[in-house]
Amino acid sequence: MKPVPSPTPDTQEWFDRIDAGSLTVPRCRACASYFLYPRSVCPRCGARSVELVEAAGTGTLMSFVVNHRGPSGFDPPYVLAVVRLAEGPHLTGTLVTDQPALVEVDAPVRVAFEQRGDRRVVCFELEDERG
Amino acid sequence: MTLRGAVAIIGAAESTDLGKIPDKSALELHVDAALNALADCGLTPADVDGVASAGEMPVDVADYLGIVPEYLDGTNVGGSSYMLHVRHAMAAISAGLCETVLVTHGESGRSRIGMVPWAPAPQSLMAQLEVPHGPVGAPSLFPIGVRRYMAEYGMTREQLAMVPVVQRQWAAMNPRAKLRDPITVDDVLSSPVIADPVHLLHCCLVTDGGGALVLTSAERARAMDLSTPPVYVLGAGESSESSVVSGLESLTSSRAIRIGGQRAFEQAGLRHDEVDHLMIYDAFAHVPIYGLEDLGFVGRGEAPAFIADGNTAPGGRLPLNTNGGGLAYTHTGMYGMFAIQEGVRQVRGTAPAQVAGVDISVVTGVGGMFMSSGTLVLGSPATV
Repeated sequence: MKPVPSPTPDTQEWFDRIDAGSLTVPRCRACASYFLYPRSVCPRCGARSVELVEAAGTGTLMSFVVNHRGPSGFDPPYVLAVVRLAEGPHLTGTLVTDQPALVEVDAPVRVAFEQRGDRRVVCFELEDERG
Repeated sequence: MTLRGAVAIIGAAESTDLGKIPDKSALELHVDAALNALADCGLTPADVDGVASAGEMPVDVADYLGIVPEYLDGTNVGGSSYMLHVRHAMAAISAGLCETVLVTHGESGRSRIGMVPWAPAPQSLMAQLEVPHGPVGAPSLFPIGVRRYMAEYGMTREQLAMVPVVQRQWAAMNPRAKLRDPITVDDVLSSPVIADPVHLLHCCLVTDGGGALVLTSAERARAMDLSTPPVYVLGAGESSESSVVSGLESLTSSRAIRIGGQRAFEQAGLRHDEVDHLMIYDAFAHVPIYGLEDLGFVGRGEAPAFIADGNTAPGGRLPLNTNGGGLAYTHTGMYGMFAIQEGVRQVRGTAPAQVAGVDISVVTGVGGMFMSSGTLVLGSPATV
């Protein structure tokens, strides 16, 4: 099976929410800034008070490579992308598409989930490929 | 107190062999290079009171060589670690914490002798945030911003391919370079696709090797009977950013290179048109492009044409990666030491592909996928 993340105490809830089918973005309760990766302290103001806010689930494709080799379980060619979520922070994930050669930077994308055993992993789909 | 020129590199050498060295462990490669660098300045391990290394612990390098250190620097921030070691040694020697610092690198990148198997720790940020999505190590993650760079600045695939083409021209003049045959843009673009737009020939080598530096105060360097003149550290800077690519501020520019470069230039009191020679860490072809812009040698989006037009090639006005770089010379894993070695050789006038009249060389290292950077400004005796 493809790998699944092993959370640490400060990322556990974020990954638990993903496993439950919900992507959240950490937000500082003091300065209201959004950030990723999930952590227990705000990287902007140092406050220790962080809440997980449900993500809008949309984003923009910042950049990507089309992997022509892949680890066990991955089926090349596939798109490995960095997406800017609507909330601002970036997230890495695969972009699920049958036509990797047609993918372009700045394409609008939507958050999706890939089931791996009893876990889920965030991935992305192109807005205009959604039926 | 200005530290400009306060400390000098008096010894510099690489491991006796480079490439495939199945009969030496990573630690032995540190030690081999260390002894070569000490011999280069007529010293022995007994003369060393400070040790800095990455990969292997400075503790082990010191103990292996019978050194009793009073200064240790185990800074390990990836391939730029050695730039940081030099900067820290500059401060430590100037402050009187120690007198003679040995900086070592050794990596059995290819043969994997005595190396801890490379894999991100299972609960590291990389393992949590990147590994589940199927990267194939650095070739997938480091160049992930290249598509955006192409979209924003119009860089063509042919321009990106010119980076290895030009560096191979330098490597052709260097007998120690691993890859010396000339290549064309077509060769690069017809080499196997690794992580499109990255082809095999956009990627660095994987080799075994080592390198070491010996640093002391400028005052002591001048009093020593050295076979080659000291190479002065005129400026140095360092910075870091995120160890995961999704945490980087930009995918088309490196904040760590910008800050480290700025500090180094400020300390050296240097203008860009005074730079005779440049080394920029090239694990992948796009890194020198980002580096040229982030260091301020060219404007945003101008580096691809600058390289493609021959400005960094033999005979060009800004010779870059003149050993052939990680793409063609050698790349053990943490290549930064080899970039410094070539900067030292060019300032000394002893490089295989020597550029005429190098008084100032700028050397920039990068760690991880732009997670860290360090820049050194190296100068000949004429610059202090």
